Amino acid sequence: MPVAIGLEGSANKLGVGIILHPPHQTADPPSPHDSAHSDDEAFSTRTQKHTSPPVQILANLRHTYNSPPGTGFLPKDTAAHHRRWVVRLVKQAMKQAKVQLEDIDCICYTKGPGMGAPLGSVAIAARTLSQLWEKPLVGVNHCVGHIEMGRAITGADNPVVLYVSGGNTQVIAYSAQRYRIFGEALDIAVGNCLDRFARVLNIPNDPAPGYNIEQLAKKGKVLLELPYAVKGMDVSFSGILARVEEMARKLETSQTSGGGPWKDDESGQPITKEDLCFTLQETVYAMLVEITERAMAHVGASQVLVVGGVGCNERLQQMMGMMAAERGGSVFATDERFCIDNGIMIAHAGLIAWRMGFRTPLEESTFTQRFRTDEVLINWRD
Amino acid sequence: MAQPPPQQPLRTLPPPFNTSAESFELIAQGAESLLYRTTFLSPAQPAALKVRPQKTWRHPTLDKRLTRQRVLAEARVLVKLSGEGIVAGGGGRKVKDPKKKNDGGGDNGGVGALRGLVPAVLALDWERGWLVTEWIDGVTVKLGIYQRDLAADEGVLRGLLGRIGRVVGLLHLAGVVHGDLTTSNMMLRPTRTPGTNADAMARAEEERGEVEVEGGLEGDIVLIDFGLATQSVSDEDRAVDLYVLERAFGSTHPKEEGQFDEVLKAYGESMGKPGKVVLRRLEDVRMRGRKKSMLG
Repeated sequence: MPVAIGLEGSANKLGVGIILHPPHQTADPPSPHDSAHSDDEAFSTRTQKHTSPPVQILANLRHTYNSPPGTGFLPKDTAAHHRRWVVRLVKQAMKQAKVQLEDIDCICYTKGPGMGAPLGSVAIAARTLSQLWEKPLVGVNHCVGHIEMGRAITGADNPVVLYVSGGNTQVIAYSAQRYRIFGEALDIAVGNCLDRFARVLNIPNDPAPGYNIEQLAKKGKVLLELPYAVKGMDVSFSGILARVEEMARKLETSQTSGGGPWKDDESGQPITKEDLCFTLQETVYAMLVEITERAMAHVGASQVLVVGGVGCNERLQQMMGMMAAERGGSVFATDERFCIDNGIMIAHAGLIAWRMGFRTPLEESTFTQRFRTDEVLINWRD
Repeated sequence: MAQPPPQQPLRTLPPPFNTSAESFELIAQGAESLLYRTTFLSPAQPAALKVRPQKTWRHPTLDKRLTRQRVLAEARVLVKLSGEGIVAGGGGRKVKDPKKKNDGGGDNGGVGALRGLVPAVLALDWERGWLVTEWIDGVTVKLGIYQRDLAADEGVLRGLLGRIGRVVGLLHLAGVVHGDLTTSNMMLRPTRTPGTNADAMARAEEERGEVEVEGGLEGDIVLIDFGLATQSVSDEDRAVDLYVLERAFGSTHPKEEGQFDEVLKAYGESMGKPGKVVLRRLEDVRMRGRKKSMLG
């Protein structure tokens, strides 16, 4: 039975996952609908509506590097974090998965895209394991990992994919053996916009800046006017970030100076930090839902799958669900175990490729900061 | 954005159409609008009604703001480009949104520059979110390319791509960027009306010896769906407009992607000197798309 271990470390999360693909499957990524139920205990931890998932998650561990409030994570510190934790995580994952070394077929690692230094430290760990255990390496595109894991978990067959995270904002649809990018952020990623806004307001990075913004936004009421930058199926966030940062500073000065609170022109309500979070979320998520809807209309799809760290956001999932329902379609999303960067998705996508005969020779086991989603040949789909 | 509408509960049309006697045939559900085929004022006047229903998932304030902006922007741009009802000298200000500054008002460059290559505006209501324009016959360019005769000479396709490039060039010269250029937002109208720019362009084409053979890709390119259009002459905006088209084209027509240069070539020719600057800028925009940080 094919088993793979996956190592992910393209940003501030280090993930190690071990996956098993039950035998007698076609080369197509296993669909949760067509496989016999397995009694593996790992399933009990998964929350999903399908009762017979074919891929078995034997272990899925993650350790996150969080920088102090007001700062972002720097490449060298993040790489050091990954080096410090990788051995411990691999050992723990092997123990939890209860697999023997000989059961493992390949070692999958994130080849890119991501931050150079953290990617490098994880690639070195993967190479070391490969030589130590004499197992082949499989380099995986991080974005393809997200997409394949999302499909496997949710059972979405051929969805339009919105991939939103700290470094990526892409609307993707499958066509002719590639995941084609229909729309993307022209400047910074949506998660980057949220993270940097959080820094200005000193919103903590633990567990994630976006999560904390979401909690604050739940208490926000006033919607202020921000730029709304949709160009076709592309979006731009840098102008929004500049404007909302300006607002955050205005809020701070109004609180410290004696000029009285900053009030909303229409309602007369004082503007709060919560209102800024609310405004930012409502605006950027409306943009994301809009470009997703446009891509769905363009390719004629009714399913939408949301992946990536920002995809955990419940407001985004809610808006996407309403949009999909209006179009007679449905939305698929996963929870933080699979949305946020993890090792299991790398193991999963890597194992699919391995079963198609793909290997990454040691000499070619490099990593790259730039690795477009559409560069990967998706030869396991029709 | 022409897609066969999925099974939908019947939608209520906004007033006054909810009580009017004409027939409304739902043609397409685009991303943000419903397109109906109907008639306007006289049964002999076929028309397209574009309704922008409320987006329940969007904050109501934001939704209202965007609907208003887009209906107005679309109408304003179409009126300017088609030159309908505008007397040279600034009549276009009649439909100017008082809130929006800097839309190139006062400058009448480009008025009527795409007469016959964009649908003419018949009526609108920005509060209720609808716009009626003249009906454009034909199929979308997307469908045209999908259904094209693969055995036919590649020159037919190149001819089509050239016409796309020239229309986009004309549009940009008129001071407008479309904002959502895709092959779904271009119609392939089989006949051409004499005396229009379209006719002039086609004639110029014939003079250059680019007359087309059979192949189903003939006809005028009529640009539709100006909901995201802005009035701008900046190289950056123009380049992004082209980039959006290039990417949409590549993802919609992967087999024809290699021929896209034909569009850019024709664009450059029809734009003249400013076109070269835009094409150079396009290189920058492309690099930005590819090189931007892809972390996480």
